[in-house]
Amino acid sequence: MLRMQPFTAHYPTTLDDVTALLDAHGASAMICAGGTDVVPNLKHELFAPEHVIHLAHVHGLHGITEHSDKITIGSTTTIDAIASNNLLQTHAPGLCDAASHVAGPQLRRMGTLGGNLCLDTRCLYYNQTYFWREALGFCLKKDGTTCHVTQTGKRCVAASSNDTATMLICLDAKVDLVAKSGLRTLSLIDFYKADGMKNNVLSPGELLLRVHVPKADSTIKRLEGFAKLRHRSSIDYPMLSVGVRFDVDDDLQIKNARATLNALAAKPKVIQTDWLTGIRLDEATINQLADYTYARCTPLTNICDDPDWRKEMVRVYMKRACQNALARLEARA
Amino acid sequence: MTSEHGVGKRQRKIDGLDKATGRTQYADDIALPGMLHAKIKRSTRAHAHILSIDCTKALAIPGVYAVVTGEEMPVKYGVIPWTKDEYPLCVSKVRYIGDAVAAVAAIDEETANQALKAIHVVYEDLPAVFNPGENPDSKVNEKAKVDNITKHVALTFGDVDQALQDSDVVVDNTFVFSNTTHTPIEPHCAIGDYNARGMLTVTSSTQVPHYLHRALAEVLELPENHIRVIQPAVGGAFGGKSEPFDLEFIVAKLSMKTGRPVKCLYTREEVFYAHRGRHPMRMHFRCGASKDGRIKAVKSKIDIDGGAYASFGMITAFYAGQLLTGPVGFDSYAFDATRYYTNKPACGPKRGHGSVQPRFALEVHLDMIAEKLGLDPIELRKRNAVPEGSVTVNGMQVGSLGLAECLDAVANASEWYARKGKLGFGRGLGVASSMYISGTNYPVYPNEMPQCAVQVKVDRSGRVTLFCGASDIGQGSNSVLAYIACEELGVELDDVCVVTSDTDLTPVDLGAYSSRVTLMMGIAAKEACREIRMKVEVASEIPLGPPFSKGERQQAFRAAEAKFGALCATGNYRTTPRGGDYKGGTIGASPAYSCTAHIADVSVDIDTGFIKVNKIWVAHDCGKAINPILAEGQIEGSTYMGAAEVNLEEMVYGDDEVRRGMLVGPSLLDYRIPTSMDTPPIQAMIVEKPDDNGPYGAKEAGEGPLHSTIPAIANAIYDAVGIRLFELPFSPNKVLRALQEKERAH
Repeated sequence: MLRMQPFTAHYPTTLDDVTALLDAHGASAMICAGGTDVVPNLKHELFAPEHVIHLAHVHGLHGITEHSDKITIGSTTTIDAIASNNLLQTHAPGLCDAASHVAGPQLRRMGTLGGNLCLDTRCLYYNQTYFWREALGFCLKKDGTTCHVTQTGKRCVAASSNDTATMLICLDAKVDLVAKSGLRTLSLIDFYKADGMKNNVLSPGELLLRVHVPKADSTIKRLEGFAKLRHRSSIDYPMLSVGVRFDVDDDLQIKNARATLNALAAKPKVIQTDWLTGIRLDEATINQLADYTYARCTPLTNICDDPDWRKEMVRVYMKRACQNALARLEARA
Repeated sequence: MTSEHGVGKRQRKIDGLDKATGRTQYADDIALPGMLHAKIKRSTRAHAHILSIDCTKALAIPGVYAVVTGEEMPVKYGVIPWTKDEYPLCVSKVRYIGDAVAAVAAIDEETANQALKAIHVVYEDLPAVFNPGENPDSKVNEKAKVDNITKHVALTFGDVDQALQDSDVVVDNTFVFSNTTHTPIEPHCAIGDYNARGMLTVTSSTQVPHYLHRALAEVLELPENHIRVIQPAVGGAFGGKSEPFDLEFIVAKLSMKTGRPVKCLYTREEVFYAHRGRHPMRMHFRCGASKDGRIKAVKSKIDIDGGAYASFGMITAFYAGQLLTGPVGFDSYAFDATRYYTNKPACGPKRGHGSVQPRFALEVHLDMIAEKLGLDPIELRKRNAVPEGSVTVNGMQVGSLGLAECLDAVANASEWYARKGKLGFGRGLGVASSMYISGTNYPVYPNEMPQCAVQVKVDRSGRVTLFCGASDIGQGSNSVLAYIACEELGVELDDVCVVTSDTDLTPVDLGAYSSRVTLMMGIAAKEACREIRMKVEVASEIPLGPPFSKGERQQAFRAAEAKFGALCATGNYRTTPRGGDYKGGTIGASPAYSCTAHIADVSVDIDTGFIKVNKIWVAHDCGKAINPILAEGQIEGSTYMGAAEVNLEEMVYGDDEVRRGMLVGPSLLDYRIPTSMDTPPIQAMIVEKPDDNGPYGAKEAGEGPLHSTIPAIANAIYDAVGIRLFELPFSPNKVLRALQEKERAH
């Protein structure tokens, strides 16, 4: 089987120990929580860390807590725990749905929210063994100079492939990042940047600590919908994932809306939705939003060999995400 | 029937509990004292001369014990004696990305990997060939006499062209079957152990220990009687382990060089490069029928993409035509099949070797003919059924053949007549049928010896041991041996010990391929057990019947031993000449033919092109189910595997300048085998039409039930949305485009 290169493994038990280790080893350290992204990437020799800091034994990183205006999720909370959590089922059912679409059951029980949000970007030319990449002549993201998707050496377009981010961005989630020097809080969308080489703003000494999910305003109904394009009904990474959120009144008038697409490029794509305010959420609106989104997406060959079909799927899956959101209204009734 | 555990009982496998509790030893579970680990340096070029290989830096790494290159094993091998065309490690040139160039033995896998990176190979690229017929001046494999052709077969039976002219209905289409592979969950693994006495033992996850034995002797230039081959428990094979592979020679050679045992375990990526999976075929079919629904003519021209080596390809070219002439018969037939070498991993025999591809084409054509004639497709097949005990248009002697019974079983279970064509736009039913061999009449290398033999020994304790070279690769042939001993000797399952696939201990069986084991081993086992039984009955003067208690049975065995000496017997399976009286007429000739029918219920998502198979009904005539649970398992497993080839599985090769000849994503993430969520409910039904040539009437069940899965789904898609798809796999983008084209045409 594929083997990993040797490294020093650390098993800290306190957050202070983690940040101290990160501070000491900087860019030569990698964090591992569930290992479902890191381990295959190490086996593919995509990273060569000298130190791997394992978070399993760290106190206080795990769990789902309710506050008056938000729910806070610790970064080592497993994807499976999120998918099946009652509190989240009530307050952020779209997130539970997205979590249940990540990978397969065994991987969801190992993989964590922090790991999913920090998932390395993915590409057909990148997530391969050393031998395969050598035969290819390597690529811009690792060991090479050319991006085979864009045929240039300028920019890496490996795709952000995390299903939970799609929905959390729609919910205006915030993330706490911690380092030895202190804590900072960012909107999740600002956590990401449009660079496939590394698509988040974490600095070498930093750790994603927790995620804050705002609760819905009690004067409105928050409808959340998620849809994922993949070949198999389990395991597969998204070829496209779509999240929507509509805050509506009793007459289905939209007060506020969000729509996010993921797996197209390095940064999750937020679709402009202010124009939906004041419109009624119905079939016509959904079609309008689907067409609007379709016109603004250009899938590449980074994770699927048929970008034309994937573009057509943008329209279909936007509709499906919206219909899933509407179905929640019926479920409530 | 004298035993609770005899033939026909629904009962456990003898190895099930050990597998379920993790006690079973597979090749990689074996660790020998002082054992080294081998890794193989593979070619990063599709077609190139090797100018030099520099191993000095690798050998200097602490923990590296030996390096081996092609020059040290310059003898070609190949499972078919007429097409020996590969070396364990490439000599002078490489033929595909992944071809083996050098190997290292080191203290552990990490060190061996490090050494691989330190080996420096200088290549000089040659023009590569990626599609059949392309670039004929660039010779992929010297074995090809003309262009890059491994084998060309053209056979004609009757005046096909005249029959096509005389037909009232003619259909004419080109079908494409893509590239799929076996994906056994256990990767190939071998251990070589050469001792100070000059004796070599190779333990390997093979399905052909006997052929491996012969090949090791030839390539390593050792006497055959200095080699022992052991096949431990195998975690799936499906045809992907049915010939010698590079690692088996490499571990042997490295053990000879180091004096230590050496193990090599493929990575998943290497399993993809070893391949020997389904051949891609481009198949032009022209079929004609009369208005009363008689199939008058079938004519095909088939181009087969073989990859870099011959493997079983010579046979594949024959099977692409020879195995198609039942269970639906035709008056005249011609096929013209050519297998080409290309610079890709070699194709070979995947479950349903050679015939799954043309079966898809033919059965879709039958559906089209039925539609044109306004006939029910089940009725069309029944009208043209090959009669039992007859000879097909290409000279194959068919014994029992339960086509009508299989069709009726699936029609009734699926409520075909009430539901076909009535499920509304987007959902439909489709039917297909097929026939398959239960072993081939001729061994891979010509000889007069038995294809299979079984030894039986009865201990004074009443315990029975059977010895046989047959390979249990998960299908349950070890259990079949035990059931037959129970049936014949009245013993219980736990009284039977089975020793198999060890060339020092067991008589030869040719291997687990061509669906031959149950039939051939079954007859040999029955013969051996019958001899013991005769001795026991003579000595004890009582037949071995149900009134026997365990104690009485032991007394009877002892009486027999007292009278005749140690209770041992052997049984053999030999084939009698069969097949057509023409060159190639023996290929496809089998002692008995199984028969299958499938009905699939399919929905098509018209917005995305995704296909969902709601249910598959499958009926299979295996003559006699030795253990119905195992037969059902084979029928379900085959159907699962076939359904996977319809819309998910495909080995995609890069066709752009950067990835020319590279297998895109050689992993189980990118090569998508169905998960349980993607697997339809399968209702497997056994039809028993006993065949005189099989043990207790038994015929095969391991490969036949794959074939008609694919055309049944294709025909159901047509019933659902009115599109005919000719190019596998039916991935959603292709389906959506076909739907859009149909829309535009209206």
